[in-house]
Amino acid sequence: MSTKGKVKGIISNLVMVEADGPVAQNEICYIDLNGVRLMAEVLKVTGNNVSVQVFESTRGLKVGNDVEFMGHMLEVTLGPGLLSCNFDGLQNDLNKLTGVFLRRGEYNFPLDKEKKWEFTPLAQPGDKVEAASWLGQVDENAQPHKIMVPFTFRGTYTVKSIVPTGEYTILDTVAVLTDANGQDVEVNMVQKWPVKKPINVHREKPRPFKLLETGVRTIDTANPIAEGGTGFIPGPFGTGKTVLQHAISKQADADIVIMAACGERANEVVELFVEFPELIDPHTGHNLMERTIIIANTSSMPVASREASVYTAMTIAEYYRAMGLKVLLMADSTSRWAQALREMSNRMEELPGQDAFPMDLSATIGNFYSRAGFVYLKNGQTGSITFIGTVSPAGGNLKEPVTEGTKKVARCFFALEQARADSKRYPAVNPIDSYSKYIEYPEFEEYISERISPDWTRKVNDMKTMLQRGKEVQEQINILGDDGVPVDYHVTFWKSEVIDFVILQQDAFDPIDAVTPIERQQYMLDLVMDICHMEFDFNTFVEVMDYFKRIINVCKQMNYSEFHSDKFETYRQELDKVLAERRK
Amino acid sequence: MATKAFQKIYTKITQINKATCTLRATGIGNDELATVNGALAQVVKIMGDEVTLQVFGGTEGIPTNAEVIFLGKAPSLKVSDQLAGRFFNSYGEPIDGGPAVEGEEREIGGPSVNPVRRKQPSELIATGIAGIDLNNTLVSGQKIPFFADPDQPYNQVMANVALRAQADKIVLGGMGLTNDDYLYFKNVFSNAGVLDRIVSFVNTTENPPVERLLIPDMALTAAEYFAVDKNEKVLVLLTDMTSYADALAIVSNRMDQIPSKDSMPGSLYSDLAKIYEKAVQFPEGGSITIIAVTTLSGGDITHAVPDNTGYITEGQLYLRRDSDIGKVIIDPFRSLSRLKQLVTGKKTREDHPQVMNAAVRLYSDAANAKTKLENGFDLTDYDERTLAFAKEYSDKLLAIDVNIDTTAMLDTAWNLFAAHFTPAEVNIKQELVDKYWKQ
Repeated sequence: MSTKGKVKGIISNLVMVEADGPVAQNEICYIDLNGVRLMAEVLKVTGNNVSVQVFESTRGLKVGNDVEFMGHMLEVTLGPGLLSCNFDGLQNDLNKLTGVFLRRGEYNFPLDKEKKWEFTPLAQPGDKVEAASWLGQVDENAQPHKIMVPFTFRGTYTVKSIVPTGEYTILDTVAVLTDANGQDVEVNMVQKWPVKKPINVHREKPRPFKLLETGVRTIDTANPIAEGGTGFIPGPFGTGKTVLQHAISKQADADIVIMAACGERANEVVELFVEFPELIDPHTGHNLMERTIIIANTSSMPVASREASVYTAMTIAEYYRAMGLKVLLMADSTSRWAQALREMSNRMEELPGQDAFPMDLSATIGNFYSRAGFVYLKNGQTGSITFIGTVSPAGGNLKEPVTEGTKKVARCFFALEQARADSKRYPAVNPIDSYSKYIEYPEFEEYISERISPDWTRKVNDMKTMLQRGKEVQEQINILGDDGVPVDYHVTFWKSEVIDFVILQQDAFDPIDAVTPIERQQYMLDLVMDICHMEFDFNTFVEVMDYFKRIINVCKQMNYSEFHSDKFETYRQELDKVLAERRK
Repeated sequence: MATKAFQKIYTKITQINKATCTLRATGIGNDELATVNGALAQVVKIMGDEVTLQVFGGTEGIPTNAEVIFLGKAPSLKVSDQLAGRFFNSYGEPIDGGPAVEGEEREIGGPSVNPVRRKQPSELIATGIAGIDLNNTLVSGQKIPFFADPDQPYNQVMANVALRAQADKIVLGGMGLTNDDYLYFKNVFSNAGVLDRIVSFVNTTENPPVERLLIPDMALTAAEYFAVDKNEKVLVLLTDMTSYADALAIVSNRMDQIPSKDSMPGSLYSDLAKIYEKAVQFPEGGSITIIAVTTLSGGDITHAVPDNTGYITEGQLYLRRDSDIGKVIIDPFRSLSRLKQLVTGKKTREDHPQVMNAAVRLYSDAANAKTKLENGFDLTDYDERTLAFAKEYSDKLLAIDVNIDTTAMLDTAWNLFAAHFTPAEVNIKQELVDKYWKQ
């Protein structure tokens, strides 16, 4: 007998329910409103009185409406067929919903029950297996989708039987397992998992050490993110958070990309819907949508499911990581998620922390980021979740609770800067304030030396020093005036401008410049650093500016040309000619 | 509101404060409307048999024995083609002396559009103002506010944009509008002979502030009728959204909610997003474009209202008085239209994106030169030329009195480049320079 209840009070989407039996924290219940069932989650229990947050509008809800508790927490359904789908925060397939407008109480099964999958067994009768052991695999958009022992299974099982290679639906039994007590359990291709619990089925979680290529120069060259690493992008509005995030998601070298559009603009999600099916994954040649899952809970959709959406996305990411895949998870924006927490906390009349956010905000963010990571699975394979979240700091002030809470846990920091955005220096990542902690990891450096070149790290540090010097000199020029400083100062400043314009700035809307493979980044960095170390002859500071503008112009034309194409090489020769003019 | 025979009348109010009153009642739905001595109110909280009502017109003079009648429905608007050309108050009642509108009754503040059923906006909205069309191109289905100080002529610019935008319908939502501004809009639209395309919902400063909370939803319900049922291109003007947010703060304060930044309710982002996200391009051709005004206090955009708005809307437009030319211009640095790349260089000439960026960059160099000048440093020849360029650019392209088409804007920009700079200084893709540089 499941627990039932009656509505006792309503404040916006917070509903007080009197329950007639046991209720669990975070349990899911449905409130019946004239036949429409509204999903809700338990937030607080005081005796028989239960406070629940409703994932829908509560308009028209009355005292006395019936409530049914479901006996489980908010779960996602995991199985083949998740890729290429567009879900809402509660994992309803948006494409299956009818009507132009969202209708409350309309929920659906996220997977296709009819579709037949070509199943190949990986386990054999007699094999000892446990939760997350690979039983077989199906081909999902060219990814080897592993069918695993459900994560909820405890202890060791023996494979009693497994179906031969063939076509099966997700609900067909593919294996029978026998538990330690001799009980048989049937397993199909679908399993469920509560989103707020991490899926921990790996053997070991080492420090991330591999480079995750994004094709964005200001990241890969200046502040690289590691596979399985965490990063965050804070920035005031209009500094290009979303453009940068979309660029990373299109180009990153990942098997699976999950985009959680959390409380952001619907038109930005539409951009993904329109663009991704047309774009090609630069690493595999497959259609970009084939590797992508979009969780769209845009800003006007109910606020409680906005909170759920990031957890839904993370749980799906963990599912694919357990298959030994490289997952990239992007959440835009984690501030909206924090605001959803704040709205509920306020309605529950909890004592507020800073800026009225809940007291445990920082811990909640920390727990969430800790679910990312590079892992060794129990079968020795590796998998990873690289997580990049954006933060929308109120008033552009980085000393606010969400930014501070995130800064403690994320290892890469890509600081978007208003001043850079204002002068259209995109991506507006400040190269000096931003950091990547992974550069300091010896195991990462070792990987980089092999992947790119042994002197790469030294060159990158050299570049950063030049940028820093350029900035200092610029400040002096501003104070003392152009002719108040030696001509050398201008040369130093303009060398840092070459780095800025040629390496750091990148045109996300130009088909060639938008994505720069690491080999090309290496070529350009070598080229630019060579220029930076050259000595030039100048008489006046006016000559310096004109001359370096020409250099920048030619280098930018190179960025716009196909790598090593005739056009590219012509510009390269032109550059050499320009350099020869004044080189000492 | 007409009462019906079977409705129960309550006459015992237990609690009254400035915006709400509480009474014991049963069988009441959340968000339901009621009348309190004839004044419209809405259910905002139910705890057991205690129902709290937010009285839109304020609770002044409401006695504990006031007659409370629950209407059994959420706020709604009767929609039909008869809306066109009419002026209404916050409740959707005519204020132009005309008859009540007949039509289908729809609840306001309805659900949002399923994101997968939206179409990507792709139609350019031409305004003739180069500060907008060239640098911050608007697209149908977009939502964008003017961030302006109260003394700036935002209502005039907005009216100009509305008249030139070639929308099938213009819905005006006026919140805390001064009577003078209300009459200004009425006159402009009537002089332009477009009154039959306008639907107006107006709450002036003479009306109670809490009533304003209904205006955006009323306006957008009307807009949805024309955009969805009639497949029309609808332009919604919301002025001023800061007054709307102030009303939200008043209500949340009266309900003892914990305020977050700048005394605004913690749900401000969601409240504003619910309105702005109604901007949409439907696949069937209808669209809702929202142009709003958020007034700033002393240009402070870190205040919670402009800050949250900036994160929701697809860009923002700033006005600024340029003392060099004595005109109001659209500030090219801080203004931004996030959807412009969907149309620039696609619906406009190929050189549009690069010309736009180059011009803004040169304008920014001019700003640096100006700083140097103010600090008493000598200017280089390049500095002098950027200053000359900036003045002309401001006058011929940024000023709000410009009215030319986009191709003419681009040609003007190329002329200015050639008059003041070398191609290397302008730094544009060589192919475009070869094609468009004015010898």
